[in-house]
Amino acid sequence: MFDKDYEVVIGLEVHVELKTKTKIFCGCSTEFGAEPNTQCCPICMGFPGTLPVLNGKVVDYAIKAGLATNCKITARGKQDRKNYFYPDLPKAYQVSQLDLPLCYEGYIDVEAEGKSRRIRITRIHIEEDAGKLIHKGEEGTLVDCNRGGMPLIEIVSEPDMRSAEEVRAYLQKLRAILLYADVSDCKMNEGSFRCDVNLSVRKFGEKELGTRTETKNLNSFNAIARAIESEATRQIKTLKAGGKLVQETRRWDQDKQKSFSMRTKEDAEDYRYFPDPDLMPIVITDEKIREIASQLPELPDTRKKVYIEKYNLSPYDAEQLVSSREIADYFEKTVEKCSNAKMVANFIMTDFFRLLALEGDDNNRIPISSENLVELVQKIEDNTINIGISKKIIEEMWKTDKRPSDIIKEQGLEQISDDSILIDVAKKVIENNTQSVADYKDGKEKALTALIGQVMRETKGKANPQMVITLLKDLLDK
Amino acid sequence: MSLYRLTLHELKGKMDKKEISSEEVTQCFLDRIAALDEKLGAYLTLCDKKALEKAREIDQKRMAGELLGDLAGIPVAIKDNMCTKGLLTTCGSKILGNFSPPYDATVMEKLHGEDIVLLGKLNMDEFAMGGSTESSFFKKTRNPWDLERVPGGSSGGSAACIAAHEAVFSLGSDTGGSIRQPASFCGVVGMKPTYGAVSRYGLIAFASSLDQIGPLTKDVRDMAIVMNKIVGHDRKDSTSAPVEYGNYEEGLDSDIKGMKIAIVKEHYGEGLNSEVKQSLMKAAENFRKLGATVDEVSMTSLDYALPAYYIISSAEASSNLARFDGIKYGFRSENYENLLELYKETRNEGFGKEVKRRILLGTYALSSGYYDAYYKKAQQVRTLVRRDFEKVFENYDFIVGPVAPTTAYKIGEMTNPVESYMGDIYTVPVNIAGLPAIAINCGWDSKGLPIGMQLIGKGFSEKTLLKAAYAYEQEYKEEGGKLHV
Repeated sequence: MFDKDYEVVIGLEVHVELKTKTKIFCGCSTEFGAEPNTQCCPICMGFPGTLPVLNGKVVDYAIKAGLATNCKITARGKQDRKNYFYPDLPKAYQVSQLDLPLCYEGYIDVEAEGKSRRIRITRIHIEEDAGKLIHKGEEGTLVDCNRGGMPLIEIVSEPDMRSAEEVRAYLQKLRAILLYADVSDCKMNEGSFRCDVNLSVRKFGEKELGTRTETKNLNSFNAIARAIESEATRQIKTLKAGGKLVQETRRWDQDKQKSFSMRTKEDAEDYRYFPDPDLMPIVITDEKIREIASQLPELPDTRKKVYIEKYNLSPYDAEQLVSSREIADYFEKTVEKCSNAKMVANFIMTDFFRLLALEGDDNNRIPISSENLVELVQKIEDNTINIGISKKIIEEMWKTDKRPSDIIKEQGLEQISDDSILIDVAKKVIENNTQSVADYKDGKEKALTALIGQVMRETKGKANPQMVITLLKDLLDK
Repeated sequence: MSLYRLTLHELKGKMDKKEISSEEVTQCFLDRIAALDEKLGAYLTLCDKKALEKAREIDQKRMAGELLGDLAGIPVAIKDNMCTKGLLTTCGSKILGNFSPPYDATVMEKLHGEDIVLLGKLNMDEFAMGGSTESSFFKKTRNPWDLERVPGGSSGGSAACIAAHEAVFSLGSDTGGSIRQPASFCGVVGMKPTYGAVSRYGLIAFASSLDQIGPLTKDVRDMAIVMNKIVGHDRKDSTSAPVEYGNYEEGLDSDIKGMKIAIVKEHYGEGLNSEVKQSLMKAAENFRKLGATVDEVSMTSLDYALPAYYIISSAEASSNLARFDGIKYGFRSENYENLLELYKETRNEGFGKEVKRRILLGTYALSSGYYDAYYKKAQQVRTLVRRDFEKVFENYDFIVGPVAPTTAYKIGEMTNPVESYMGDIYTVPVNIAGLPAIAINCGWDSKGLPIGMQLIGKGFSEKTLLKAAYAYEQEYKEEGGKLHV
């Protein structure tokens, strides 16, 4: 919550690049990262006389995305021209869909801030991407047409989100669903998953929506969170100071961590939409929808339900695990051979997610085999090692995928559960920490923790923590 | 008789029998162009050297007994809004004055597949907007029957070059009458095929939902032959129709006894020149003599077709022509300091007055707040016109009507744009409804200028139209005026 008086209302427009092999209206490759202007042709460069022919796969993928997000699918769609001048738009119009989008009235369920929320999806439509401008100082501005004509879907949500946390949960869930459905790579850093934020504020309890702004150029989850925080704060501050907000489009500047006004509604362009006469209506039969539905894999929510019911996980934990297909597959493969689902889940969510994050936003490949993770869990369960030391082992496994038992042996990490060894160490620690001992005897429970820590340090973390506690208490309480 | 006067089917016969070579024929046309075209102004680009090379190559193949296309060695010219690989394609506009596309239009691929000899590219109204070829940035084309008069347009070069025997046949494009009206003004045969019958791939768009490529020929048999070669479904054009097209030459000479013809009451109201009207009446009578029945019908929606046409065509044009911005190809102004000025000055200097007028009109019609009143309304009219035609074709095989209210007018005479738009009143309903129509000569006025009529049929009824036009031409073709070139 940003302010006790104001509620923040957020809706999102998400652009997702579809992973078709060829562009939406021509045969050019959609491969990412090619030399500028090597993946374009007279058609996607809008040369005079050329005509578009719709790639049927684009429609299939859009329908798939729609079905995966509980949308209705239109029986008849059409494509419209959105007219505006810009050097990266060679035809001076973008083929998009104004009315009759392919998918409409869907929703996805998310977990955020300890609550389950349903975010409604207004529509999903198909459109072509524009090219890219490369600004090169002295040389001037260059146009790269490789991205022009790449197939996109735009997923528009209702203004159903109330916090940056909900936005993050929605985007992660949406991304997970699209990855499961296998219609996009959803790589934020390559621009195949982009998001514009529509945000307004209003006093709690008010029904009417406030004046909204649209913020563009958000390239990471982090940027989105920061932009929401910054824009909500700006709007609330303006209103509290008695100011008025204007409907406008703003651009997020990641370096300055601030957004700037691009254009207001008054000078917004009139796009003069009209049906593209070069393209025929898109007719979608029930049979087609059934066929695509039959190709849909098991979706995150189906798995989530199983995890809650069968493995006793919390909805939040289950949602985290299903956030990517690879992770969920890994989890399922591991718990097939291991009954301690809770511990497996914890390893994935704490250690694996942290290690994955170090490797970048979009990577979900876990280098530890599930057999080895099972073995690690067993080593903890049979008291060969303690939980603390397992973190160290995990890092080693991440690098080498060695068996945990080998790492334990090589590095001598077995848990010390031998009374005689631990008593000696405990006695030494008590001798050397007279202040802590005195504090403990004064009734300061915290002092015990410090002493436990000392024992763990002396044993390089290998002591059996339960036994250490018992031993220390025995010795001190004597 | 000079070689250049021969029709396609006559030349084909002589070449097949090896009585004449393609080189002889090509040279003959090139000589004629060299002698006449400075006066006539039909050609914008001439490919004389390449044409002769191609002709010789075809002659050699023919001598060697190689298999050749059906139009092998025939000299052809193309309106300058169809893309020709490596050859200037200007649309009659300064803005594309230096544009050579790296690809051929589908029709060009088809014609090259038949081994034609391409003589060159033909003058036209800028971006096909106009009915006199006067709006070309490059030059005026004159009417071969009276050099003081316009050849019609926008395919003025395509019509004049056939009438003056500067090519065996040509291709034009018809968005609101741009093949039929110049064919009529120049006394040649011109056909606007059903929308979707000929691929638009490589035709530089004026109004995508109305544009259609079609041939201009010396007679109806030639028309059937060329039509056979250019129609067909094209995967590169989503609006091209995947239907069976058949052979238009087959049964061309069968009689038309018992055919039911309609004439439309609304065609003969105010505005139609009396000599044109008389000629049309006589044509109707001639059709009766050929054994057809002719009845009068009424089509009340036709009044609205013209305004609807100007809204739809201008709206589509405003979007289609937006790509000419000086960034990627074509003309770029030198007078700019920033991006906006680059756009504005390039388009200001690059487009002519009529093109700007239509872009403004179309932009206005699509603007938010006006869309429903103009564009949407016009689309509703379109449906009405289509239905009106459908109703007529429930009972009739085709409609006979005028092509234009007058015969060819004088160069510079038509200054009022609205008046000139009225000249399209009989032709645009056909485009609005996507129907086929053929224009052929049906007489001559007192000034020795040709008068044309058009036969309009239901979608994909080209065969019927060709048959009727052929029957008429065989029986009633009139030699009238005198060629002034």
